Amino acid sequence: MTIAAAPEAVVLEDVSVTRGHRLALDRVSVAIPSGAVVGLLGPSGSGKTTMMRAIVGVQAHVSGTIRVLGRPAGTPALRHEVAYLTQATSVYRDLSVEENLRYFAGLLGLDRRAVSVAIEGVLHTVGLADRGADLTGRLSGGQLSRVSLAAALLGDPRLIILDEPTVGLDPVLREDLWQTFADLARSGVSLLVSSHVMNEAARCRQLLLLRDGRILATGSPGELLERTGAPDLDAAFLAMIGEAEAAVAA
Amino acid sequence: MSARRTLATAGRVLAQVRHDPRTIGLLIVVPCVLIGLMAWVFSGTPTFDRYGALILALFPFIIMFIVTSVVMLRERQGGTLERLMTTPLGRGDLLAGYALAFGALAIVQAVIATAFAVWVCGLDVAGDVWLLVVIAVLDALLGVTLGLLGSAFASTELQAVQFMPAFVLPQLFLCGLFVERDQLPRGLKQLSDVLPLSYAIDAMRTVSTQADAASEVWGSLGVVTGFVIGAVLLAALTLRRRTT
Repeated sequence: MTIAAAPEAVVLEDVSVTRGHRLALDRVSVAIPSGAVVGLLGPSGSGKTTMMRAIVGVQAHVSGTIRVLGRPAGTPALRHEVAYLTQATSVYRDLSVEENLRYFAGLLGLDRRAVSVAIEGVLHTVGLADRGADLTGRLSGGQLSRVSLAAALLGDPRLIILDEPTVGLDPVLREDLWQTFADLARSGVSLLVSSHVMNEAARCRQLLLLRDGRILATGSPGELLERTGAPDLDAAFLAMIGEAEAAVAA
Repeated sequence: MSARRTLATAGRVLAQVRHDPRTIGLLIVVPCVLIGLMAWVFSGTPTFDRYGALILALFPFIIMFIVTSVVMLRERQGGTLERLMTTPLGRGDLLAGYALAFGALAIVQAVIATAFAVWVCGLDVAGDVWLLVVIAVLDALLGVTLGLLGSAFASTELQAVQFMPAFVLPQLFLCGLFVERDQLPRGLKQLSDVLPLSYAIDAMRTVSTQADAASEVWGSLGVVTGFVIGAVLLAALTLRRRTT
């Protein structure tokens, strides 16, 4: 099986997003392969969240075309197939962990029996198997973001968009989650994961480097290292920023 | 619209309230304390019999307005609304779920407050007591839906709380509680004709003064119901899937 044969999960063509008087995304054209973990990297304010929101279909003032799993972004049918983890932990702090997941599972239309199995499964995945009865608001920050992640994993989505899912997590859990992402990708799920931690980028099949609303570079971690001759991805990213600025100055 | 997702949302809102027993206590106890206080202050005068029923229409309206606007604002600001907008949940499902959950709370509140007013404080009502409950619940729903709508215009909780006096107090002055609506200056009378609370108070006054109130109040209640539906539709328009 070759990567090129897999249809794309998401295709952006000439996509711009205006926020106020600012261009948050500036004529972005990029394809995200399916069945892979794709990393969206860039400094804060570079447009990562805006791009994810545009793909999910909750961003206003989007121009250009975005196709998600073969359909225009924001199509109602996609709400069953695309899961989105916001950067803020968007769960109800005044509900128990299980009540939160039960609600989100209910919205996806899972039947009662399937709900219990699904909840057990996602809690196990995020390492909170024994915390279902706890009040969400009493959990630590890292646990809270894992509840939010668990909610995004419900209902077997075909595309999972994760905005900084590993912020504030300890190294062991981080490692576990990246393993989970890889397992999901192997089973055919497409993942787009944003991060500003470069050593996580090495775990992705493909990287999209975003800066000031523009795609600075795309390619596998190996390709980016080779292209820049840098010793690690941090240095590669800096080298590419330097190149881009030199090009603008010239 | 999906009945399942509406019910799931109503269940979720009620579960949130259940985790906050003090709020439940306040919802139930505060109206009774205020009614009891009023009965005591005006003991030995006809004032309580004249105004008690009208107050019974006001509490659920004001309390539910504040509670819903704050809860809905939390939903908007906490990021959960953004997440919900990426799920199959429809905007109508969300609003109907809220109305259902707070409507259920309003029934409990109205039954207890009315029972307390009539049987403990001795409120004298000419019409049927159950009509008081129906009107109080409808007023609570009016508060819920206006609160859902109002929260769209507030960007902080401080603003949301101040919408109470902004939305509610003008209606209170014009609804006929202080000055009969027929005796209001011309412009104000016309203004009171287009405010929902005026009709709620009209209905309560009819029930408290007329034995055959049932046939008379349906018109007023129809108007209040119209406002409830209108507020839900407007609130649905203010809920956007795509935001900046």
